[in-house]
Amino acid sequence: MARLTDENVTLAKEIIDRYPRAKSALIPLLHIAQEQDGWVTDEAMRQIAELIGVTPAEVLGTGTFYEMFKFEPVGKYLINVCGTMSCALLGADDLMHAAEEELGIHEGGTTDDGMFTLHRAECQAACTEAPCLQVNYRYRFRTTPVEVRQLISDLRNGRLDDEIPPHGTLARVRQHIPADKGVGAVDPSQVTSPPEWITASAEGGAS
Amino acid sequence: MSEQSVEITVNGKTISAEPGEMVIAAAERAGEFIPRFCYHPRMSSVGMCRQCLVEIDTGRGPMLQPSCMVPVSPGMTVDTESDTTKQAQEGILELLLANHPLDCPVCDKGGECPLQDQAFSHGPGESRYIEEKRHYEKPIDISSLIMLDRERCVLCDRCTRFADEVAGDPLIHFVERGNATQVMTYPDEPFSSHFSGNTAQICPVGALTAKPYRFKARPWDLEQANSTCTSCSVGCEISVHSSRDRVLRYQGIDNDDVNWGWLCDRGRFNFESIHAEGRVTEPLIKTADGHQATSWNAAMSITTELLNESLASAGASSVGVIGGARGTNEDAWAWAQLCAALGIERHDPQLGDGLPAALLGMPRATIREMASAATVVLLAPDLKEELPVLYLRLRDAVVNGSTRIIEFTSTGSGLTRHAWRSIRHGAGDVGSTISATFADADVQAQLSSGPVVVVAGRGNLATSADVEFAALQQLMTAVDGATVLPALRRGNVVGALQAGLAPTSAASDTTSTLTAAANGQIEVLVLLGSDPLADFPDRDLAAAALNGAGRVVSITGHMNASTVDADVVLPAAVMSEKTGSTTNLEGRVAPIAKKVNTPGVARADWMIAVELADRLGHDLGVSSVEGISEQLTSVGAGVGSVWSVPFESSAVEVNVAPKGGYDVDLIVSRVMYDGGVATASSPSLAGLANGRSVAVNPAVLEQLGIDSGEMIRLVSEHGSAELPVCPDDRLDRGTVWAAFGQPGRESGFGDVRSLISSSAPVSRIRIERVS
Repeated sequence: MARLTDENVTLAKEIIDRYPRAKSALIPLLHIAQEQDGWVTDEAMRQIAELIGVTPAEVLGTGTFYEMFKFEPVGKYLINVCGTMSCALLGADDLMHAAEEELGIHEGGTTDDGMFTLHRAECQAACTEAPCLQVNYRYRFRTTPVEVRQLISDLRNGRLDDEIPPHGTLARVRQHIPADKGVGAVDPSQVTSPPEWITASAEGGAS
Repeated sequence: MSEQSVEITVNGKTISAEPGEMVIAAAERAGEFIPRFCYHPRMSSVGMCRQCLVEIDTGRGPMLQPSCMVPVSPGMTVDTESDTTKQAQEGILELLLANHPLDCPVCDKGGECPLQDQAFSHGPGESRYIEEKRHYEKPIDISSLIMLDRERCVLCDRCTRFADEVAGDPLIHFVERGNATQVMTYPDEPFSSHFSGNTAQICPVGALTAKPYRFKARPWDLEQANSTCTSCSVGCEISVHSSRDRVLRYQGIDNDDVNWGWLCDRGRFNFESIHAEGRVTEPLIKTADGHQATSWNAAMSITTELLNESLASAGASSVGVIGGARGTNEDAWAWAQLCAALGIERHDPQLGDGLPAALLGMPRATIREMASAATVVLLAPDLKEELPVLYLRLRDAVVNGSTRIIEFTSTGSGLTRHAWRSIRHGAGDVGSTISATFADADVQAQLSSGPVVVVAGRGNLATSADVEFAALQQLMTAVDGATVLPALRRGNVVGALQAGLAPTSAASDTTSTLTAAANGQIEVLVLLGSDPLADFPDRDLAAAALNGAGRVVSITGHMNASTVDADVVLPAAVMSEKTGSTTNLEGRVAPIAKKVNTPGVARADWMIAVELADRLGHDLGVSSVEGISEQLTSVGAGVGSVWSVPFESSAVEVNVAPKGGYDVDLIVSRVMYDGGVATASSPSLAGLANGRSVAVNPAVLEQLGIDSGEMIRLVSEHGSAELPVCPDDRLDRGTVWAAFGQPGRESGFGDVRSLISSSAPVSRIRIERVS
């Protein structure tokens, strides 16, 4: 735990090589750290700083700007109950209460077994489907307190494992770019002409 | 004003501005002050605070735009006083104050606070906010020198921008977002930048405060005087702030030629040593019961008698004067005149830790020329540690300009990451490394692409000055038209050398004087604000010299290792206690201001010289510091001038034997905080010295089976030392590095200086396991 595994360090180095400047790989590396532990640990941030040649303070500063990076332990399932206007009017509070009761924790808390973290979220852009919530960013639309209890029970019993991977998972199928397919890193100072597509669209007479 | 200046109209006045200049700067030069928090002329504009919104019309009608982000353009009309502008600025101030605690009565910034001042001048007068303000834990330590009060912070990005852009130590950063945004360090990784004090000075509110000044004074109670920092030879312009006869802080002043407003933490905070416990306040004479206080008259009589006797009996070569680089130009001039009058040839302001005075005879460069050179060759110690503000200027030249650095180093330095080429060399092979590097076609092309400035100093105190100076001579021959910026470290070393304290020949420098003293050939050894026991690289020789000298007369502000056993101790005034001038490394003469009185009966060095001369029957022809200043002005050393005097130089031959049984090169150099008296007697800085240790390549340690922190023994032909070890992968396997002059004698750790011999051109050692 905590520091990146050897496998992830190899992956991190591969990602760093895709960029002309190592520090451009900061966000992808934070994703890897979060995928490994479910959240971004202090040790991982230090290691990322070493890998890309910045200070840990810069890693922390950049990372904490993004709401979806977590810097404290979160459960395997992060439940975000929307609390903004449409959902609030259509019973978001009831969903929250049902979840709190079912999980035995307060809003913002994590269950002792490390399975669930419960948050109130800002608008999730599904106002027509209010009230809504997300589990590890997978939507549940027009939800009711009964469905929330059912959802939690299903998650507990592993009945949704196929649909919802643990918090932090980026993808189940890892995208891999073979070295010969990559465009390769070009130092920005070496770029003298506009990208190809600009010339192409100008010649093509796009209206 | 350049030819292509841009004409713009500000509040109906037509003014000319530089192309590319921001409206806020152009308006300020024309006398129209636009309020601001985030804008700082020495850093990039970010438009964070929005306080500088003004109405700008570029032909499309007046629009509110942040004047720190809009460059001037021809025909632009700016209105800084319109109703719309006023309304916008009042609105922004009301928003900035929405979360600001208004604890001005207990805030150190109160009275000199841009937020307070501009709330009065450009604010709405009252706030409509009745909501609870944002709360954070009140001031937290973000380093051992700086405290942060996040409630007061207006998120202007000045400190974080400074740390990133100027200092290159981005150890503080904005974390979180929105209403929770705050300046923060990484947990357990303090803002331990060498330049952290600047953030407290540029903070436009009371969010960042420097501990040495917290709750010490109110700005309106402070007396101020412009002066010059003499902690190192960069000569940063400062304002000395004092109250009730105590210096309370130094603030940097923006000097375009030198420091651009910045100071390093050592220079900013070591004023504490002025009022330290260990000051010498009365003349002391050694008796059987230790030092006894006496009167100036008695002390001067004894000193006069000592000098008279030894001059009469053993001649002028039996008297040596060491030091003088910590005083003013006036002090150095008076002592040089005294030496000349008495025929004393043994005088040297350096303590075997610099380079021969002939360095100043080479074609010289200024800091400005260095910062605009095409190539800067570094043959110097780590500038970030020894001449910190010069590091800032050179870093800026590389990052924001087109200067390229070719660095010759044994250990790497703060500038290595910015160097175009960083070339490693061992202790004795710098000459051949230079030849090999310059044989490269790319390097040749770079060197011929424009002006070349060589920053030259003593990179390694364990290698003799001759070896390093020979390398410099070789470098200067190899590069046509190169100029030198001397990187000698003591505050007024250039002034002292040029005022006449430079040794007349190698036979009268500090090394030769100490050798003579150790051999019993010196009757009177005068220590002019110097501490050979702490500063001379060969500690054994320094100790033998102090023992072997007939009598030691120490003129010093602080008690130090060499003074404890001196026969006569004369109390000297230190900086901020005397008036005069100082000369920085480029030769620029700058004023030194007196702001507080000396403790006890201490006097300036020049007064002591003048009185001694008088008692010895010589009239130096001056009776006041102004009199000496006039003399100096007449030889081109007036305040404001760049002063140089010719020095003879002859080719130095060195012969470094190949490695034998001792096969590891010892590299010794200074770091910012050491056991030196200015740091050690400043309570805020004393704890920042790292202590004694030796850095070794981790592979070597693995081979020897030694863990980090364990003791190892270093053995040279001249001595040995046991020190804790720390792994450092910047070093190659044939090199170890130790910091010079670190405190730690009481810990029982060895002193790396016992490995150094001033008669050996380089120091080579063996590493052994202890036990």
